[in-house]
Amino acid sequence: MTSAAESVLVVDGIPLQTDEEGYLLNREDWTRNVAITMASNDGVELHDNHWDVIQLLQEYYENYEIAPAIRILTKAVGKKLGKDKANSRYLYELYPQGPAKQACRYAGLPKPTGCV
Amino acid sequence: MSIKPQATKHIKPHLANAEQQEALGFPGQLIDNWQEKVIDLLGEKVNGSRALQVAMDACMKCGACTDKCHYYQGTKDPNNMPVARQDLMRSVYKRHYTFTGKYLPWLVGAKELDADLLQQWYTYFHQCSQCRRCSVYCPVGIDTSEVSMAGRDILAQVGMGQKYANQVIGKVALKGNNLGLPGPALKDTLLGLEEDVLEDTGVAIRFPIDEAGADILLVTPSADFFAEPHVDGLIGYAKVLHQAGVSWTLSSQASEAANFGLFVGSEQHTREMALRIKVAAQDLGVKRLVFGECGHAWRVAQNHLKDLVQGLDFLDARYPIPQHIAEITHELWQQGTIRLDVTKNAQRCITFHDSCNVARASTLGKVKGGQYSIPRDLLKASCARYVEMPSHTTQQTTLCCGGGGGLLTDELMELRIKGAAARMNAFDEVIKQHQVTHMVAMCAICKSQFSTIFPEFGHAFDSVLSLHQVVGDALDLTSSL
Repeated sequence: MTSAAESVLVVDGIPLQTDEEGYLLNREDWTRNVAITMASNDGVELHDNHWDVIQLLQEYYENYEIAPAIRILTKAVGKKLGKDKANSRYLYELYPQGPAKQACRYAGLPKPTGCV
Repeated sequence: MSIKPQATKHIKPHLANAEQQEALGFPGQLIDNWQEKVIDLLGEKVNGSRALQVAMDACMKCGACTDKCHYYQGTKDPNNMPVARQDLMRSVYKRHYTFTGKYLPWLVGAKELDADLLQQWYTYFHQCSQCRRCSVYCPVGIDTSEVSMAGRDILAQVGMGQKYANQVIGKVALKGNNLGLPGPALKDTLLGLEEDVLEDTGVAIRFPIDEAGADILLVTPSADFFAEPHVDGLIGYAKVLHQAGVSWTLSSQASEAANFGLFVGSEQHTREMALRIKVAAQDLGVKRLVFGECGHAWRVAQNHLKDLVQGLDFLDARYPIPQHIAEITHELWQQGTIRLDVTKNAQRCITFHDSCNVARASTLGKVKGGQYSIPRDLLKASCARYVEMPSHTTQQTTLCCGGGGGLLTDELMELRIKGAAARMNAFDEVIKQHQVTHMVAMCAICKSQFSTIFPEFGHAFDSVLSLHQVVGDALDLTSSL
């Protein structure tokens, strides 16, 4: 009988603990190379706009201990990257697995739970 | 089409770890005497529930249910036939609690509970979304959701809880909602919505929270604060209540309508989560308790809330206790207190997905079948182009979205996609025939499930809308009433 297995992500030769779905267990382990490694494992190359979203998530989390709601995120993205990008369609282009889940993972934040 | 034995044997949710188990008062890992304990608990469960008793005793193997489960339809795994899912529990029940099963087990399909069967319980009781579709076709009314709920509770009590549901239940206890959204983040989100709606409509519409003395406490799934299209539904509720001039408030204490205690069959956790709502209503001194768009929240609220928490008589008895937001909106529309204008949704052609827990486990309004007619009345009044999906997939025989019952977790994605295939076929049909642009739902799980799996079927993630999004868009906010 297996219990919920935790996994390891190796970044710069250092093994970091993640949960079964690849979210960092310890937020303080995060470095830019963590995001780059996770993305490259998914076959994704991170560009400036990806990083802007990651930064927005981390800033919000720092203040509120949770990732921002989608409306807050799209508004913040709009302020930073232009009004044409202030919508979830743009965020799904950047993060096709869903901005809340994929971008949170790259940002080292826990996965949002519940009916989302 | 032929069956595929064990086709989904490999799909199961992550087990809860020791911390996630112990937080809910369950053992951290599989206990040594699990076999004995499971059998004892099974006996207690069957004794305590007439519905479960019927499920264990009344099946005559007629076969009516075999092809009615959306997971069976999508996977062809025979263990996803409702009768077979029930048999996983029934075989053990018969072995230990019936005369023939004890002495002539081969005659009645009675089985000893071994490690392999325990694993099958965990796997296949988590491939049931507790949507009750099979029960509609069962001549004796066996409800497989009773079996999977009881099975999951027994599993959790011997150390095999499910990570996703346990985490969610734990977060409600700590933060008040499934997401773990703390009060300050919730308040910030609501202020942001006030700005957005003012910018979009030119009307100052409030999203009040923790306002003592409001008439209505609105309890809604936390997905309504966080995700799309859920939040567009929340905006719709706020517009309707604003236009009707009703005072209302949300609560940071009860910032969650969903009650995952139901999914895992735990009366204790279902009650604890329901109690938060009662306490919030008392603290805020509201007169009415209203639920937002969440299927199983409404199932728990309408069927069980009064029994679970006792003493809701401080609420105004002139209104239903509790009430659903769609009931309020429908009544306001019928009275002419709010006006809906179909031209505002002229760009849309919509169809409606009946959410299983509203369609089959609860009712809406005072008219028989109100859970079907109320959302449809509102949609037809809000959008000129409204189309029904095929009748064997709607109303009483609606198909589950594929993510209900505590299965809305990523490790079950293969099952969620296969389980949604039947609904997607019905959707495709109306798209082809009537150029339908959107599917509307009134349950947070349905909305999240569809926006996640739509791209797998060639639809845009945002082709699913909230009921109150369509209503809110059609609402005339300019008229002075």
